[in-house]
Amino acid sequence: MSLVLLIEQVLNGLQFGVMLFLMAAGLTLIFGVMGLINLAHGSFYMIGAFAAAATAAATGSFLLALAASLVAAAVAGAIVEMTVIRRLYNRDHLDQVLATFALILIFSEGTRWLFGSFPLFLDIPDYLAGPISLPFGIQYPQYRLAIIAVGLVVAGGLFALIAKTRIGIQIRAGESDREMIAALGVDISNLYTFVFALGAALAGIAGALIGAIQSVQVGMGEPVLILAFVVIVIGGIGSIKGALLGALLVGLTDTLAGFLLPNAFGLVMDPAAASAVGSSLASMSIYVLMAGVLLFRPTGLFGSS
Amino acid sequence: MRKETILNACVLLGLLAVPLWALSVDEPFIITLATKAVIFAIAGVGLNFALGLGGLVSLGHAAFFGIGGYTMGILASHAQNYAPLMEWPLVIEGTKSMPVIWLFAVLFSSLAALVIGALSLRTSGVYFIMITLAFGQMLFFFMISWPAYGGEDGLVIYVRNGFPGLNTLDPIQFFGICFAILCIVLFLVSRMARSSFGLALSGARQNEERMQAVGMVPYRLYLIAFTISGAITGLSGALFADLNRFVSPTMFSWQTSGEIMIFIILGGTGRLFGPVVGAAVFILLEHMLGGLSEFWHVYLGAILLGVVLFARGGLIHLVAGREVAHD
Repeated sequence: MSLVLLIEQVLNGLQFGVMLFLMAAGLTLIFGVMGLINLAHGSFYMIGAFAAAATAAATGSFLLALAASLVAAAVAGAIVEMTVIRRLYNRDHLDQVLATFALILIFSEGTRWLFGSFPLFLDIPDYLAGPISLPFGIQYPQYRLAIIAVGLVVAGGLFALIAKTRIGIQIRAGESDREMIAALGVDISNLYTFVFALGAALAGIAGALIGAIQSVQVGMGEPVLILAFVVIVIGGIGSIKGALLGALLVGLTDTLAGFLLPNAFGLVMDPAAASAVGSSLASMSIYVLMAGVLLFRPTGLFGSS
Repeated sequence: MRKETILNACVLLGLLAVPLWALSVDEPFIITLATKAVIFAIAGVGLNFALGLGGLVSLGHAAFFGIGGYTMGILASHAQNYAPLMEWPLVIEGTKSMPVIWLFAVLFSSLAALVIGALSLRTSGVYFIMITLAFGQMLFFFMISWPAYGGEDGLVIYVRNGFPGLNTLDPIQFFGICFAILCIVLFLVSRMARSSFGLALSGARQNEERMQAVGMVPYRLYLIAFTISGAITGLSGALFADLNRFVSPTMFSWQTSGEIMIFIILGGTGRLFGPVVGAAVFILLEHMLGGLSEFWHVYLGAILLGVVLFARGGLIHLVAGREVAHD
């Protein structure tokens, strides 16, 4: 275990965290503004990845693929909001959970129907392939570094959108009092569709970016969705700042625990047992983190009770 | 008699009649399907105790289902390999006896429910949903990465566990065992729902402040309900493992939690027989739609969406009308 390896793992954790933020930001916005728990958010991640893979296969352009992922996920989000989600705002959480669970079944099997069960592959573009040299002699994949950059830019854009623009003001107003802003003449149902489509688009681009590192397949969204839930529970539901902090915490914890725990147990056990015990504990580490945060702050780090 | 009581009786008789008919025409597969429906019904009744009565929307009940399943898997695999579970300080052997396995399944799943509930119930609403989901996933990933009991591949038990005086390998006899357990569980749950504890729990669901004002502690009521609920679902997990003679981390997956919840919603939330109707309909749909198309989950999703959006209160509501508070 060397310092270089540790720095690489920290960068991996950051990259993972930034991607989780793109997922969690949409979820937490949708919950904050509309009070809706959306299990189908992982489906938009999958839709983005499939749209990107299909576009890249047809045109060969990675940038077009990214654009396609944004558009496809946003359009899917807007359609779902207008047909189904809209009817759920006044329902209790149980109905929301079930209806969006039903949407997952429809989206997952529908995608399997269209694209088949075999995973698709999305290639990293040539100009981002290969490693880049960082200080201290670290070789790090350019593409992963680009993901961190894209993620941070999108996060910055999202904060600017919420803090500086007119629509951001409406979103924040919608979080605190939806009747009042409707009375002030803001078309609340258009605003809701916009927020939902925005969240879906963020998930879609995350799916496309990750799709180039992993394979693009049905069911890829759900594990990320659950991690995104952990993120917003840690950060406090409805808080974008909390989602960013939570995403980085979860990303780093998950990556570093997977790297450090087997090594740490290796000091006291034989290597095979250490890697078994270490990796099974590492897979639980973020949930332990979440339980720990909730013990001290039941509404998350930035949540209001 | 009320419509719902008549309907409930019909459901139980129907569940009993189908496998008996299957026995007479020699269709063991249908008996197995009915057994599966009964076991899922038990899992649903367990979740419904927390969800319907206590209003606790747990999306992590797969954890207890899985713990029940793995209790069976671990005890039986040690017994079939003749390797004791523990040799020091005292020797603990595995077992192939169903009643002993059930006892431990209930014990371990209720302990897990007590711990998970104690942590999760510090929160409420949407936080509670996500936290129970996360705890379920935690155990799922733990089972996948824990190599001692099969890891991702799961555990195969070659011979179904035994029950004194019965041949459990005979499908209809195993069905009988599961059906008897379902009836006992339904009886106990209906008694508990009408006990002072059940009434207080129901009151806490409807209005927490009022229950506090009359001196109840909602947290304690919820925790007891969650623990009992986990225990029942754990028992069904042990039965499910015995039905398949196989346990795998899939039992812990969040789709399992979702499916258990689907049973309740299809049938009707908070109704005693809701999960029974729901599980039976689910198995029926799975069998029929699965024959129609490989992608039957699309239709299941559409039906579920339709029930949630347009048929609130589930199938029992459609047939028997509104819930009546007292008999």
